[in-house]
Amino acid sequence: MMRWTLWAPLLLFAFFLGLAGYQLFQPKDEFIPSTMIGRSLPEFSLEPASEARPGVTLADFKDGTPKLLNIWASWCLPCIAEAPHLEALNEAGVEIIGVAIRDKREDVDRFLATHGNPYSRIGSDEISAIQLEIGSSGVPETFVIDGNGVITHQHIGDVRADDVPELLEKLREAAE
Amino acid sequence: MSAELGHAALWMAAALAILQLLGGALAQRDAQAPLAALVRPAAMLQGFLAVFSFAMLLWVFAITDLSVKLVATNSHSMKPMIFKLSGAWGNHEGSMLLWVTVMALAGALIAWLEKRLPEKTMQATLASQGFVAIGFYAFLLLSSNPFERLASPVAEGNGLNPLLQDIGLAFHPPTLYMGYVGLSVAFSFAVGAMLTRQVNPEFARVMRPWVLGAWVFLTLGITAGSYWAYYELGWGGWWFWDPVENASLMPWLAATALLHSASVLAARDALRAWTIMLGVVAFSMSMLGTFLVRSGILTSVHAFAVDPERGSFILALLAIYIGGALLLFALRAGSVSEGQRFAAVSREGALVFNNVMLCSILGIVLLGTLYPLLTEAFDVRVSVGPPYFNPVGAIFTIPMLLVMAVGPLLRWREDNIERVRAPIAIVVALIVTTALLVVLASTTDVGVLPLLGLAIAVGLSVASFLPLRGRNLLRTPLSIWGMVLAHFGIAVSLFGMASESAFTEEKLVAISPGETSQIGGFAISLESVDPIAGPNWTAMEARITARRGEGAVEVLRPQSRHFFAPVQQTTESALLTRWDGQLYAVVGAPSPDGRWQLRLWWKPFVTLIWYGGLLISLGGALAIVGRLVSDIRRRRTQARDDDEREELESLRQSGAIPAGSTT
Repeated sequence: MMRWTLWAPLLLFAFFLGLAGYQLFQPKDEFIPSTMIGRSLPEFSLEPASEARPGVTLADFKDGTPKLLNIWASWCLPCIAEAPHLEALNEAGVEIIGVAIRDKREDVDRFLATHGNPYSRIGSDEISAIQLEIGSSGVPETFVIDGNGVITHQHIGDVRADDVPELLEKLREAAE
Repeated sequence: MSAELGHAALWMAAALAILQLLGGALAQRDAQAPLAALVRPAAMLQGFLAVFSFAMLLWVFAITDLSVKLVATNSHSMKPMIFKLSGAWGNHEGSMLLWVTVMALAGALIAWLEKRLPEKTMQATLASQGFVAIGFYAFLLLSSNPFERLASPVAEGNGLNPLLQDIGLAFHPPTLYMGYVGLSVAFSFAVGAMLTRQVNPEFARVMRPWVLGAWVFLTLGITAGSYWAYYELGWGGWWFWDPVENASLMPWLAATALLHSASVLAARDALRAWTIMLGVVAFSMSMLGTFLVRSGILTSVHAFAVDPERGSFILALLAIYIGGALLLFALRAGSVSEGQRFAAVSREGALVFNNVMLCSILGIVLLGTLYPLLTEAFDVRVSVGPPYFNPVGAIFTIPMLLVMAVGPLLRWREDNIERVRAPIAIVVALIVTTALLVVLASTTDVGVLPLLGLAIAVGLSVASFLPLRGRNLLRTPLSIWGMVLAHFGIAVSLFGMASESAFTEEKLVAISPGETSQIGGFAISLESVDPIAGPNWTAMEARITARRGEGAVEVLRPQSRHFFAPVQQTTESALLTRWDGQLYAVVGAPSPDGRWQLRLWWKPFVTLIWYGGLLISLGGALAIVGRLVSDIRRRRTQARDDDEREELESLRQSGAIPAGSTT
């Protein structure tokens, strides 16, 4: 038997290790962006999800200033994680309009009392109707909407500290 | 408290695994080393602690303890109990705990029961088992602690992915894991045998039931997973060549090759190095599968969490274990002699041929699965699917199936092809006749592969029973029955696959309630579509009636479900099973004019795919029982002979029988 054949499996495996190790640290984009980017929000009108804030309609997005549309829910853990960063965005002067997905009024109130309320308006989307129409598949997601109600950017997943400058930049671009 | 107990048990089990490794390693130098005697007890206690730890995890899920992070992120107080429990392993941390639990349990069993091998080889084997376990304990405890607490409990959990809230899936992962991890025992035996250079038939006999057991579980797991994908995903397919599916197929292919080569080693003392290699490869494929699934390095419909940290941890484990075993192989295999020789036309010859075919298929699946990884390094995104796997796999599968029909009829060591001419003629005639009949009778164009599949399936189904020819059926060993049944199961499954791809009818219609359609000889009528509610979902349920000829009217109720924790849409297909196939219905979206999209399939003999899988597993189970029974019998005879010899010896010494006379 040729001795080198005994080493072949090990060499093949070493090649695989190198490749997998290299690939593991390549950034990878798994998100499927909404096909709604660049299009206008659909016509909609949502009841208020909380006593504290009014409901949401399409007209609220058409006042000329870019805003964030935050899809969230009181039952969602990552939403708790992103709450302070939304607060930071709000303090930076950004208007955030929330849509609470499949939520109850008392749960929403409890969430706002515990984790803060950065929203100017909160609509209640009990059957995920608006969520699905704007191409969002999970909670939380955050959309940048320009002054004419057109979606310019979609952020999938919770907003983290290092996403805040990026969202501010996107809002600035939307204002131009 | 339960979470902390489970966590503590896990740490202790890890400590025992280290003891097991040290004791086993020291025993290699000095059999009288004080730690050597502790190897077996350590393995047994480790098994107990791991099981205890897993039981604690089940408990916190059962009571929905929302202060445990894993429960909060994967469970929900409103879930039915069975899905609360299955939620314990329906996530990364829990499934890794299940993995080490099964592994520790397997180690405990060999430590407790296995007395056939030399003690030194057993200690090396257990040391290897402990060594592998240490890595996985480290992974669990350092990077994926399932018992981690939240700083403050949450009011409600996140829920389990609704696709996983299915009874089939509750049992699919544990079954597969038993298969994956069962192969770790074969791996440890192989490493133990290499370390002590004890590669002999006895080693193969000891390893074989473990390989068979793992193989039975893998077969069951793959069969269940395929059926789950078939009815739950609502795409009407039963195999998608998805990386995660391939991850379960590859160990199965290696284990199939291993159990056949172990048979050659056990019966004829040949294929020594090859069997060792397969023992290493089989478990390597299990770990590779775990890596691919858990690191999220490949894009898959199974969409597990993408996590480079965990990925690199598992990759490091792969490097240590697979790399280490392959290094040991390269260093030691040269000194393992080849063993007995045999002629090309012989039972061994056929088994070797099919071993090579199985390994080629394994290579092809591995290449197809990893190819996207390679091209992505050059920024090219490709997706390798059925157009590659089906024809390229068939190049090796078809000769393998043909040899499989004849191989069991051949004699060991050397045979004459003339002797089996009659059975070969029967099988060839059957294959040719079936192919001709299908071509002449079918109205549609049947592809080459499905045609060959149908023909070979018919030939093989008869051929698989030919080894029973001329035997007294009642006295035929169970292991022969097991082989016959498993080979017949392959034929049955193949027939289902070929029939499904050759004759499936598919139809997409948009109809309003009251309207009718036709498929596969069934008159279909959409009666109504109504909203209904379940414990944690709401759904639109269609009521469809189906009637074939003048037969009874059957009702199908496919649903489009909407789960609210977490929010997700799933399709619940409805199936109508007949002896000759399945009617498969999926309800889709409504259109503005009040019509509903219905997707309908008629799939002739599709159920045979999974019945075949069950037959294969049953065959494997029979073979295990057969081997164990004959082994116990052999040991009893051995013990009786020893007793008689002793008795004789004592009589001789007392002078009753003159020395030198025999009984």
